Amino acid sequence: MALAETSSAVAPKPKPQGYWSGVRARLVRDPLTMICLAVILALILSAILAPWLGLADPYRGSMIARLKPLGTEGHLLGTDEQGRDMLARLIYGGRLTLFIGLMPVVLAFFIGSVLGIVAGYVGGLTNTIIMRTVDVFFAFPSVLLAIAISGALGAGIVNSLVSLTIVFIPPLTRVAEAVTSGVRALDYIDAARATGAGAWTVIRVHVIGNVLSPIFVYATSLTSVCMILAAGLSFLGIGVRPPEPEWGLMLNTLRSAIYVNPWLSALPGVMIFITSLCLNLLSDGLRSAMNVRD
Amino acid sequence: MLTYLIRRLILVLPVAFGVSVICFMLVQIAPGDPLTAIMPVDATAEEQAAMRAAYGLDKPLPVQYAIWIGNLAQGDMGKSIATGRPVAGEVFGAVQNSLLLAVSAAVIAFPIGIFLGFLAGYFRDSWIDRAVTALSITGVSVPNYWLGIVLVIIFSVNLGWLPSMGAGPGGSSAWEWDWLHMRHLILPAVTLAVVPIGIVSRTVRALAGDILTMDFVQALYAKGMSRADVLRHVARNAAATALSVMGLQLGYLLGGSILIETVFNWPGSGFLLSNAIFQRDLPLLQGTILVLALFFVAMNLIVDVAQAAIDPRIQRT
Repeated sequence: MALAETSSAVAPKPKPQGYWSGVRARLVRDPLTMICLAVILALILSAILAPWLGLADPYRGSMIARLKPLGTEGHLLGTDEQGRDMLARLIYGGRLTLFIGLMPVVLAFFIGSVLGIVAGYVGGLTNTIIMRTVDVFFAFPSVLLAIAISGALGAGIVNSLVSLTIVFIPPLTRVAEAVTSGVRALDYIDAARATGAGAWTVIRVHVIGNVLSPIFVYATSLTSVCMILAAGLSFLGIGVRPPEPEWGLMLNTLRSAIYVNPWLSALPGVMIFITSLCLNLLSDGLRSAMNVRD
Repeated sequence: MLTYLIRRLILVLPVAFGVSVICFMLVQIAPGDPLTAIMPVDATAEEQAAMRAAYGLDKPLPVQYAIWIGNLAQGDMGKSIATGRPVAGEVFGAVQNSLLLAVSAAVIAFPIGIFLGFLAGYFRDSWIDRAVTALSITGVSVPNYWLGIVLVIIFSVNLGWLPSMGAGPGGSSAWEWDWLHMRHLILPAVTLAVVPIGIVSRTVRALAGDILTMDFVQALYAKGMSRADVLRHVARNAAATALSVMGLQLGYLLGGSILIETVFNWPGSGFLLSNAIFQRDLPLLQGTILVLALFFVAMNLIVDVAQAAIDPRIQRT
């Protein structure tokens, strides 16, 4: 007895390792994922803080300073086809691009999780109705569906959000349903039901905690596609309207300049590329840190 | 096999029905009156009503849907509001051009993707594996419309080797199998191939890696089978899944080429679609989307059936 007490005093009791602290520990030891996280955070922060960064006015053009090359005095990244400062427009452009690129996945994550968990837990006719509707949406390639809905609704920020959210609800619902059906079949759910717990209690206490991380990881893997699609809608002219700075729209309006100042006109795409690459790598890192299998 | 085929065919019907409903609804969710584009500004209330009746827009929605589907079954997809020409003709001409582009991209992407993926899976955790993985994640992350612009900058603007737009000399849209036309195909096809290269190599890498560690591979080596013969067994095991991924990718290439077609002014379905969107030509929009989606559904069906034919295990599930 005394011996046991001394030993526990000598070796400090190991802190109970929770799931999340394990995930954090694995993430911190993964340099590539941390770099990507830092890049994404830097992009988001600079987009939010853009008005306080001492940048030029992203809307004010100048007829005499159009399409200045990279490294021009006063315009580090040159100017666009209306003489507006590219650096300012690229940083301000992150506001809309990141918002429209990430928000639909967030919205679809909540809506898809609810639909999928309900379908997977309740089963029966409810499952059939929800999942067969989802199947119909799967009959459209995602690019086509986004363009179809946005094309019908017309350009605009809200319309882009709506169409992209609709595009990403079906895949998230399908994953949520698959994971929930798996958990639903486990013994401890039967045990909980046997004790008289209602459906809502079982879902809240026993299901959500076990299904949310795979759904979340899957959602993060969709962010890169969503970014590319969101910018693509603006590139086509059915997303954000000019003169708002937005990377896809800037890529579109600068296309006319590829013979005058080619590399300048490719810059907005570099931003989309870096963001989507980091989102993909971050998602892969999260997947392995959270031990989620596909 | 026949029962599987029939069961699979029956499953397609509700999906095809759903697809048609979504395409029908596209026109309904569009803001404004579908006739504003052609309605004279000074049209009286009676004239407007007469026009609505002429287009069948005065009937309740389910009736409108039934009429639309009935016409569709006879190959009539309505008339383009902008040009007045039948939608069906316009769509099929454009889809042929898109198909040409999509198949060309697939011909470039699939062999490269399979080769790289297999190499990475075979030499797991080597530098080859890391290089291929980096390449494939870059491939799936790149916004391909931007890549198209970059390729135009390099090969058309700077080097002047390849044309940057259209499907033939002088912006002609009639395709011919000669070098003058094929030059136009190179840049858009390569651009379109990048994403599927990434996806196919990723899939094949995972597949090859998994199958190579299975017991039967050890057993085959142990009984003295040559490496080439063992790899043949591995390939056969991987074929069904690889095939389904590639079939889906071909469908995505056709549906997803709209952005690339816009970059290169390629006269395909994507080009038609963006014209339809900007002229608010809703029947044309509806028809193009419907044809592309049904093509994708058919592609899925073919893939499933082919998969079941290759791998008998699938028929039982």
